[in-house]
Amino acid sequence: MLQTTQDRRDKEVITPILREIAADWSADQEVFRHTHWGKAMMWIFLLSDSFIFSCFLTGYMTMRASAVLPWPNTAEVFALHIGGRDIPLVLIAIMTFALISSSGTMAMAVNFGYRRDRRKTAALMLLTALFGLTFLSMQAFEWTKLIFEEGVRPWYNPMGAPQFGASFFMITGFHGLHVTCGVILLLIIASKVARGHYDRTGDYSAVEIAGLYWHFVDLVWVFIFAFFYLW
Amino acid sequence: MKRDLSDADVQAAHERIHHPISLYLKVWGYLFVLSTLSYLVDYMHVQGIVRWTLILLFMLLKAGLILSIFMHLAWERLSLIYAILTPPLVLLVLVRIMTIEAHYAFWTRAIFMGGGG
Repeated sequence: MLQTTQDRRDKEVITPILREIAADWSADQEVFRHTHWGKAMMWIFLLSDSFIFSCFLTGYMTMRASAVLPWPNTAEVFALHIGGRDIPLVLIAIMTFALISSSGTMAMAVNFGYRRDRRKTAALMLLTALFGLTFLSMQAFEWTKLIFEEGVRPWYNPMGAPQFGASFFMITGFHGLHVTCGVILLLIIASKVARGHYDRTGDYSAVEIAGLYWHFVDLVWVFIFAFFYLW
Repeated sequence: MKRDLSDADVQAAHERIHHPISLYLKVWGYLFVLSTLSYLVDYMHVQGIVRWTLILLFMLLKAGLILSIFMHLAWERLSLIYAILTPPLVLLVLVRIMTIEAHYAFWTRAIFMGGGG
């Protein structure tokens, strides 16, 4: 009984093409066979994470497009008073450069990891974590300024649309949380590299996987910078 | 179809990871230039459609560089690339739906709530 139903379905519905795709993708045999399992899993996590950030950014778009009160000018809100005049958005620009630099050092760390250069890998990962901490401290400064000097709250914003506060704290807060987790992850992996753990196992993939996560954090910032700060 | 990669192929895949450091420095430089350019869009007070086009252009270029070079996507198998890059395309549907919703909410507030709310 079962057999005949299966046969009919095969003939009627599943064409050879479909069966081929199913064979490629089933049980992860063909698709991810030559990819380190941790790397494939990290990519899948990053894919799901990018959906979370996309939902935040789409929510921000919806709130901004439906706000009746004026949206604050981010160039002025995030300006810094340097040398007797206000330079627009300069803090965010420095944060962007710090994060890009951290991505550059991380890419090099991954490269040296594959060359099994223990010292340089650990040093570059430590440098990456330091850039991450620089970013976080500037973000802490930005939040402090916005909360205590401007009086912005998640439910209130003296400069206009209250939705500004909600989306700002949600989006940058979640991104900052990712940077914090990334710094912790980098410090853990870097100390394992320095202690020669991956030389003993002969597998430096952990460095590359941590690198994927870190680059993703930078990638998300590219979108936040464009949509939230520049738009 | 079944395709067995020999050890040599796997070895070759690992060899390709050994790029010169200068490649990363070059990409780093490009990212700096692109970030500076997008900052200048704001600094020079470029407005309207030109502003949005430039912001999106620089954003996509930066994202492409990070994904392809820093995250090594350019050297991954095509099935992994598709598995990662195609699902986010459905987000465009969400963006479209939420644009319609946002306009509806805006006009509801503007017309029936006296512009407040």
